Amino acid sequence: MPQAIGGVARPSPAAETWQRFRRHKLAVASTAVLALMLVAVAFGPLLWRVPINDIDFSAHLEGPSWSHPFGTDDLGQDLLARMLYGGRISLAVGLAAMLVAIIVGTAIGAIAGMAHGSVDAALMWLTDLFLSLPPLPLLLLIIYLFRQPLKQLVGPELGTFILIVAVIGGFRWMQVARLVRAQFLSLREKEFVEAARALGMSSLRLVTRHILPNSLGPIIVAGTIDVAAAIIAESTLSFLGLGFPPDIPTWGRILFDAKDYLDIAPHWALFAGGAIFLAVLSINFIGDGLRDALDPRTSS
Amino acid sequence: MGRYLLRRSLIALPSLLGISIVLFAVLALAPGDPFGELASNPNVPPEVAAALRTKFGLDDPIMLRYLRWLSAMLHGDWGFSFVSRMDVDTLILQRLPATLLVIGSSQVLALLIALPVGVYSAVRPYSIFDQIANLLAFIGFSLPTFFTGLLFILLFSIYLDWLPFVYRTDLGVTGWHWYWEQFKQAVMPVAVLGLLQAASWTRYVRSAVLEVIRLDYVTTARAKGLPERMVVIKHVLRNALIPVVTLVALQMPALFGGAIVTEQIFRIPGIGSLLISSILANDTPVIMAVTFVFACLVILFNLTADILYGWLDPRIAYR
Amino acid sequence: MNEQGLRDLIVGVKAGQVSRRAFVQKIVGLGLTAPLATQLLAHAGLAQTSPSTDYKPTKAGGGGTLKTLFWQGATLLNPHFAVGTKDQEGARIFYEPLAAWDPDGNMVPVLAAEIPDIENGGIGADGMSVTWKLKKGVEWHDGRPFTADDVVFNWEYASDPATAATTIGDYQDAKVEKVDPLTVRVRFEKPTPFWTRMFVGSFGMIVPKHLFENYKGAGSRDAPGNLKPVGTGPYRFVEFKPGDIVRGERNPAYHVPNRPYFDAIEMKGGGDAVSAARAVIQTGEYDFAWNMQVEDEILIRLEKAGNAKGRAEIVQSRAIEHIQLNNADPWTEVDGERSSPKTTHPLLGDPAVRQALSLLVDRASVQAHIYGRTAITTENFLNNPERFVSKNTAWEFNVDRANQLLEEAGWKRGPDGVRGKEGKKLKLVYQTSINAPRQKTQAVVKQACQKAGIDVELKSVTASVYFSSDVANPDTARKFYADIQMLTTGTPSVPDPERFMKQFVSWEIASKDNKWQGTNATRWRNEEYDKAFLAAQSELDPVKRAALFIKMNDMVVNDVAVIPVVNRRWVATMSNKLKATLSGWDNDFWNLKDWYRET
Repeated sequence: MPQAIGGVARPSPAAETWQRFRRHKLAVASTAVLALMLVAVAFGPLLWRVPINDIDFSAHLEGPSWSHPFGTDDLGQDLLARMLYGGRISLAVGLAAMLVAIIVGTAIGAIAGMAHGSVDAALMWLTDLFLSLPPLPLLLLIIYLFRQPLKQLVGPELGTFILIVAVIGGFRWMQVARLVRAQFLSLREKEFVEAARALGMSSLRLVTRHILPNSLGPIIVAGTIDVAAAIIAESTLSFLGLGFPPDIPTWGRILFDAKDYLDIAPHWALFAGGAIFLAVLSINFIGDGLRDALDPRTSS
Repeated sequence: MGRYLLRRSLIALPSLLGISIVLFAVLALAPGDPFGELASNPNVPPEVAAALRTKFGLDDPIMLRYLRWLSAMLHGDWGFSFVSRMDVDTLILQRLPATLLVIGSSQVLALLIALPVGVYSAVRPYSIFDQIANLLAFIGFSLPTFFTGLLFILLFSIYLDWLPFVYRTDLGVTGWHWYWEQFKQAVMPVAVLGLLQAASWTRYVRSAVLEVIRLDYVTTARAKGLPERMVVIKHVLRNALIPVVTLVALQMPALFGGAIVTEQIFRIPGIGSLLISSILANDTPVIMAVTFVFACLVILFNLTADILYGWLDPRIAYR
Repeated sequence: MNEQGLRDLIVGVKAGQVSRRAFVQKIVGLGLTAPLATQLLAHAGLAQTSPSTDYKPTKAGGGGTLKTLFWQGATLLNPHFAVGTKDQEGARIFYEPLAAWDPDGNMVPVLAAEIPDIENGGIGADGMSVTWKLKKGVEWHDGRPFTADDVVFNWEYASDPATAATTIGDYQDAKVEKVDPLTVRVRFEKPTPFWTRMFVGSFGMIVPKHLFENYKGAGSRDAPGNLKPVGTGPYRFVEFKPGDIVRGERNPAYHVPNRPYFDAIEMKGGGDAVSAARAVIQTGEYDFAWNMQVEDEILIRLEKAGNAKGRAEIVQSRAIEHIQLNNADPWTEVDGERSSPKTTHPLLGDPAVRQALSLLVDRASVQAHIYGRTAITTENFLNNPERFVSKNTAWEFNVDRANQLLEEAGWKRGPDGVRGKEGKKLKLVYQTSINAPRQKTQAVVKQACQKAGIDVELKSVTASVYFSSDVANPDTARKFYADIQMLTTGTPSVPDPERFMKQFVSWEIASKDNKWQGTNATRWRNEEYDKAFLAAQSELDPVKRAALFIKMNDMVVNDVAVIPVVNRRWVATMSNKLKATLSGWDNDFWNLKDWYRET
């Protein structure tokens, strides 16, 4: 409770968190980088007006140049334009799928970790079930069942987006759930929890105020890994005909198209791979910063 | 703890059964036809495909097919592959050695890298070592395996010509030669998989150790004058191992069908490639058998992990 | 080219003015197949030249191991159950047919002593019987002799529906009887011009009676011979792991002297086509790789590199990559069925739209930049090498003319650039299977269509689903729940045009009634075509028959039932030291016995 003690004002917890975050230089830099990427993919296509699917065989597999800063692919299409356009989808899918996995996983893991034996057993059975399901046949089934109705409901692009995010997120929450549950099992027996309980704190407050913040470690790591995995998973889906149409240049798709030309035209794969790497890197440092910021024991 | 163990073991069987029903239903409902290629072959009249479907009972109701499968399984008959016309258990056993060798080694490699690197990074956070380790880890998991695999092949097989990139189960040589050849052909796939796994595991280990190392009892131990190594090994590691155990347990079943892309790239005849080719050919008996074993492994390893939590942190009590 | 023109050509060959090879190529250029060409000549009494072979080794064995790479591994080894060429190739290592097709379309005897023709009395004059004389002294790998009983057995085995053999189509409507231990006679129920469908080529491999006779009919799946083949071929069985590896060792009792050259053969499966090309050309780990569905650009770069150890080998085949146009409406449901034959496509029903579409496929670019040497442009559904002038049909890529056609037919551009008429917009869904060259072709076509005011949405379906016959799946090529789709028919190479011209007759239309098993996915129908097809089926005069096929081809193309894109050729990669001949009309291993390595 911010109270003036002896005339010195203490900043609110929120402000303190922000200060701690700011101290983490890499995290701040990464936030800037990520913001830049988001702005670039959102507004870039308005500034760089080269079309993404202008097929020009005479310009094929050219390295970077003034007219094509990222070079061209084997159909002569401009890679910078394609990366900007596809980046919207890749980043959106990556972040959204990661959030789905994290939120669902944390919720289930927390409940299982705190609850009684039978609830725990039931939720773990569910987790084991999802872990056992072979992704591919399930994917085919889901797409087959839901693609048309979703298309009618929200239109083809949004429908595909929802489907992909649900599917990718739906196959990654189990790991988060198991990790969070393990943390909870261990934390709920610790002294400070006992102490808080002795003070009459309700379970919900216990979880949100004490246990959850201390479990953020694996959640954040999972989050960063999930973004990369989601971007790549989207390209795997596309490779199987289950995602976005083949001419939509998501970053994973560009990487996949470029893989056979690695020794012939490395620039093609380089920029796409580099973009994914940069996104992952910045999200991770932001995550590190967040963890340090939210952990009250970080030396001030 | 004993009661918990007993309870979980008892539930294991029915939960496995439940999972098998869901698996079977998914496979039965998923689109795809094992005799699909016949349809595009102008020489084959449609009656042949139809006859095959009836022969294998593909048009019977799902519950009936499930019960038939279950009773066969209980009698040790794992089914008969539509595509290869041979017993499923023979198919799986043929593929087991290569899988265990390559995929197994990669998990061991990952653990051998992740634990020391992760711990050392956490003990000296933001040092040069930590920065480099982190960077390598990020590169590791932001690139898909088809990409890193290809890079390795281009570098070590094609450019340097040091290593073969097609995995052969019959090396035709004996003695020392065999070990050397086996090593040469396995090192790339093991590295690709192992490094990918190590990349993410290192991050988790580092994060877990960082958590613990700031806790008060560690400071106390240090204050008591214990050497750093003892502090780390006796106090820090035990608690930090909990997420590691979770992850390893989650990853173990992947031996049985997880490393699909790597197996494809290096042509390793493992269970992963058996699974993917069965899925694409809609060879349901094989898919069912492999995923069933996979489910057993999932349940087994997660149960083991739960038990290990109790051992690593004695305060964990299961209610 | 009509019937008279064909007869004139044949006269030319007889008179020595036209070489045999030129004749074959001309026939192929008209949209027919090489085996049909040789049949035309055989019918005219022009005896076959025995094919020359440049097999150099003077003794069998000593060549080490022949290492072959098949990016789809063989999954079973009984040729009568083969699904796809990968299984046929696996079986071809051990089994042989009575005769095989060489790259020029000539029939070459293997287990037969000679090729039946009119002169030697092998072919009955009424077209209802064929007599095969078998080679003497051939033994199975287990030492038992190969006799007429085995040949008769193969017919019984394959033609029995309970066996569910995939070769059944070739063995029906006939009776095979033993005349003496080395002679069999095939009697057809009706005059059959295409008598070579039995016992010849990839569908004609012979399995031993003594190992399979107890496993006929419903018990066929249990035969141990399915997994441990015993054949008459140049290599004996050693090991088989489905999808992974097939191994064989030299057959010391092989019936052709001084062969085979190699001591062992290995057929490794798995992986993808590009890395297989690398394994042969760049690292030399393998001697041969099958079915290189790889962009030619990559192949060329691999071959041109300084230390290239291998090369690409390309042969003519009759695989036509084409775009099918849907005659029915995939977006309206009638009695629970989409693309019902009772409907007509709202956009493609207009001939102007169809003509415009055929002008919007830039075949030259697709061939030059995507397929390269692995395909040739074509306007015929059957096939057409560019260099022949006499064409009945011609292809053209002309965006302006397409625009003009559409404009004149009343399709005016809307504010978004897409053309429309009477409230209907020119929006098409274009589907195909997942395959890099196909996706690139889709992109090229889409761009041209955009310039003409047609909006195209691309869709790609995983191959195992696209080519399946699953009744429940909406994405199969047979269901055709899209406006246009692209695929290839003609592989594995079927030597006679009848089989795939069948996909345009009205009684083959795929619909809910026949569970979409009918082969006519375009739902196109034309009475003239139906009549011509029926006539060709029983026409014994091969010249008249060929003329009928040419007429049918013209109908299909001029009405734009399909838009042929390129004639894909069959590509393999092999080591520079390997000497092997490939045939586009038979399996790659059709002549495995003559393969050798230069030292």
